[in-house]
Amino acid sequence: MNFLNLFVAVPVLTIIGILFTKDLKGARLVSAVGMGIQLALAVFLVFFYFSIRGAGNLHEMILTADYHWYPSLNIHYFIGVDGIAVAMIALTAIVIFAGVFASWQMEFLSREFFISLILLATGVFGFFISLDLFTMFLFYELAVIPMYLLIGIWGSGPKEASAMKLTLMLMGGSALLLVGILGIYFNSAPNGGAYTFNILQIAKVHIPIAAQRFFFPLTFVGFGVLGALFPLHTWSPSGHASAPTAVSMLHAGVLMKLGAYGCFRVAIFLMPEAATQMAWIFIILTSISVVYGALGAIMQKDLKFINAYSSVSHVGLILFALLMMNKIAMDGAILQMISHGLMTALFFALIGMIYGRTHTRDIREMGGLMKVIPFLAVMYMVAGFASLGLPGFSGFVAEMTIFVGAFQHSDLFHRVASVVVVSSIVITAVYILRVVGIILLGPVKNKAHLELKDASWHEKLSTATLLVAIVGIGVLPLWLSDTIMGSLHPIMERLVAYLH
Amino acid sequence: MDFKYILLMRHELLLLLVALIILMVDLFTSDKKKFRLIKFSLLLFTIATLVGFIPVKPGVLFGGAFQGNALTDFFKDILNVAVLIVFLQSDGYLKKIENTGKTGEFFVLIILTLLGMDFMVSSGDFLTFFIGLETASIPVAGLVAFDRFKSRSAEAGVKLILLSALSSGVLLFGISLIYGATGSIYFSDIAKHVTASPLIILGFIFFLSGMGFKISLVPFHLWTADVYEGAPINITAYLSVVSKGAAVFILTIILYKVFKNVTDLWETSLYVLAVLTMTVGNLFALRQDNIKRFLAFSSIAQAGFIMVGIMGTGSLGMTSVVYFILIYVFTNLGAFGVASAISSASGVETISGYNGLYSTNPRLSLIMMLALFSLAGIPPIAGFFGKFFLFTSAGSQGYFILILIGVLNATISLYYYLGVVKAMFINKSDTPIPYFRSSNFMRLSLLLCVAGLFSIGFIGGIFEYIMSISHLLF
Repeated sequence: MNFLNLFVAVPVLTIIGILFTKDLKGARLVSAVGMGIQLALAVFLVFFYFSIRGAGNLHEMILTADYHWYPSLNIHYFIGVDGIAVAMIALTAIVIFAGVFASWQMEFLSREFFISLILLATGVFGFFISLDLFTMFLFYELAVIPMYLLIGIWGSGPKEASAMKLTLMLMGGSALLLVGILGIYFNSAPNGGAYTFNILQIAKVHIPIAAQRFFFPLTFVGFGVLGALFPLHTWSPSGHASAPTAVSMLHAGVLMKLGAYGCFRVAIFLMPEAATQMAWIFIILTSISVVYGALGAIMQKDLKFINAYSSVSHVGLILFALLMMNKIAMDGAILQMISHGLMTALFFALIGMIYGRTHTRDIREMGGLMKVIPFLAVMYMVAGFASLGLPGFSGFVAEMTIFVGAFQHSDLFHRVASVVVVSSIVITAVYILRVVGIILLGPVKNKAHLELKDASWHEKLSTATLLVAIVGIGVLPLWLSDTIMGSLHPIMERLVAYLH
Repeated sequence: MDFKYILLMRHELLLLLVALIILMVDLFTSDKKKFRLIKFSLLLFTIATLVGFIPVKPGVLFGGAFQGNALTDFFKDILNVAVLIVFLQSDGYLKKIENTGKTGEFFVLIILTLLGMDFMVSSGDFLTFFIGLETASIPVAGLVAFDRFKSRSAEAGVKLILLSALSSGVLLFGISLIYGATGSIYFSDIAKHVTASPLIILGFIFFLSGMGFKISLVPFHLWTADVYEGAPINITAYLSVVSKGAAVFILTIILYKVFKNVTDLWETSLYVLAVLTMTVGNLFALRQDNIKRFLAFSSIAQAGFIMVGIMGTGSLGMTSVVYFILIYVFTNLGAFGVASAISSASGVETISGYNGLYSTNPRLSLIMMLALFSLAGIPPIAGFFGKFFLFTSAGSQGYFILILIGVLNATISLYYYLGVVKAMFINKSDTPIPYFRSSNFMRLSLLLCVAGLFSIGFIGGIFEYIMSISHLLF
């Protein structure tokens, strides 16, 4: 039995456990225990990874296990992780753990809520451990569908429309993706032999360039929809705004990164030639994402909308960095996945907690919250500083690395795109500081807010978990950066070999 | 008669025997005790189903007119299981006061149509095929008109028998042209003489149109919604799963075997039919409120997906089609089972009537949701695997544009499947359907469906087994 299987087994067992509970108290307890174990496993995995690399194991993937599933089609349940996947698993474990505590008071249909939430997490964990396109696709779709129920039942505002829009757009993306992976599969043996879904094996063969040109855009856009690639980002603001807190956290924090990870691991890695040839199209689109998302955030008045547009901008930056196709920028992209995942989860958690007290998310109706709920307000400020890239937090490390990588391209097109994207730093500062200024500082606008109580223990636990991780990466970036770099090395070697 | 004959035709002979016994016992049962016939018939049919699973050596009878091998046996077993589930679900319907006198007929008619389908599945020439098809079609009209006091049911019965006769005529005309051009009715002989001559093309078009009626491919689908809506819900389930499944199976065999030399011809026709069927079926399903009409259009769209799988040709094509039908049995009967349980408990047959169902009947809502997700192809439920392999099959021949149209259609279909989920889970209702307990047989059938939905995809061995026997008929 492979250790990695536990990452799917624990959530599944947690779900079964919740089935035996009766009410909110039982359901949240089982969820907390299950996701606590999951977090412990993830931490163990990180240390295990370091120790095995330290001991001189240089295999591209570790902890691999291969089970035959449909032998006649050469479909396997093939799992394994490298440093990047380990980092993503750790991110997911942290966010879902925080998410459970952020939903501590979910009174309405609480068992169903926790089951759907953890089912969503199961899909994400499964996606990050799989190395077989079929298994990966299965987990990917598994992660998308509980969203409909989570937003539709427990959401707020125009929840039904938002849920439907989000689900249909994401499933539309996965429809393109299905064509893409079938295309990869049927071109995985150009020299004869059995077709395969195995990513490592496909990486060794050369997919004909004509096929790459057809299937790369399908795959990239398919994953890109989940990464809120302009102009397919429209599900994100409405979806995130309507979703309940924990779902926004998980979705913006992890699922959008899952899209970016897929773009990287499947589209770019397996079809590098088409990726270089077509990169310009997507560089333009992602540059628009970055700037447009940031400008959109300035104009919004709803806290969740602000953060959703900010996510569009930040995840656009990840995709942009991936398309720079050099080691530093890619390293930055993955750092940004982790960093933004933690930050945005913290943001959404805090917005949910503030909304639970003030019953409004409209920034015009709030003010001076620093005086009444200092813990949450300080946390919000810290998340904001991390988001605008203040040194000492994870955001700075990630963005700095991305821009250093991006400026390594000296041609005019890349230079212009990079400059445009860099301008988003300023815009980000504007919308973050604007919100902080309006809602946290100044006099208390609404007298009713004077009665508000500060964070309870589970809210403190939820936010503190995320904050520790953010500061951890900010202060000790080399730890994470080295892990990623080590795993990027064989990937970049292969890309460079194809490109020249 | 040789013992070998009996063994090869065991499915058919057993069905005939069961039908005759039920008919005899029915004669000697007074109207007041007819409800006992339900358990009796179920018992007999279960035995027949179980016996069907015993493996027998393959063989050919009547000079090639009837063939029996692992593939036909497997498919007949699927049909048997499907019919068994339909029978289990009919318990509530048959116990209704207006149906008490007709229990025997219900079982006998269904078993006789199943007999026809079994012959059709095993046919080795066009004659057996056509006789099987007709045996399977005519009693269905009686079943559709089973609610004799409802004018819609009678109307549906008349519609079905007229259109069915017309389509059979068209089909037969096509077969006669093919016979005229090749001089044989045996599949294997015709296959050798088929060329793309005008006569054969004309014959093929008539043949395909006739089959199109039976499978309700667009543009031959117009009867489907009315008949499905008018028929009792269990018969609708039967039509949409068993009848359709058997017709698709034999169509695949004939295309792969008889028309092998003109693969380009039928692939072009099927391409167009598949695109039309998926798209039109989906677009019409979007606007339905009656659950039977809704499932009717959804099943039209599903037939379009099966056509995509047939395009794959060869073992993979055959396997993906059979595998999909196997999953489709559990999926569609799961959805129809819930609809039937609700219909017999409360009479509600509209989607808007399902509002707030989760708050009163959580289990039924969950089963319905699973079945709908399976129809939409959402993992980890079996429908995902079925659909994935249909697309894989088409991909093996390079039909990526067709797959793209298919998957986009699957996304559209998700909209209306989620619409039902929304009604049950999200919409509020002041007067939701009150809690009810369905009969034990219904519960058993739904349990079977759920077990199928969860297990088939994960057990890779089922797919592998079908793959290993898929080449046996062509």
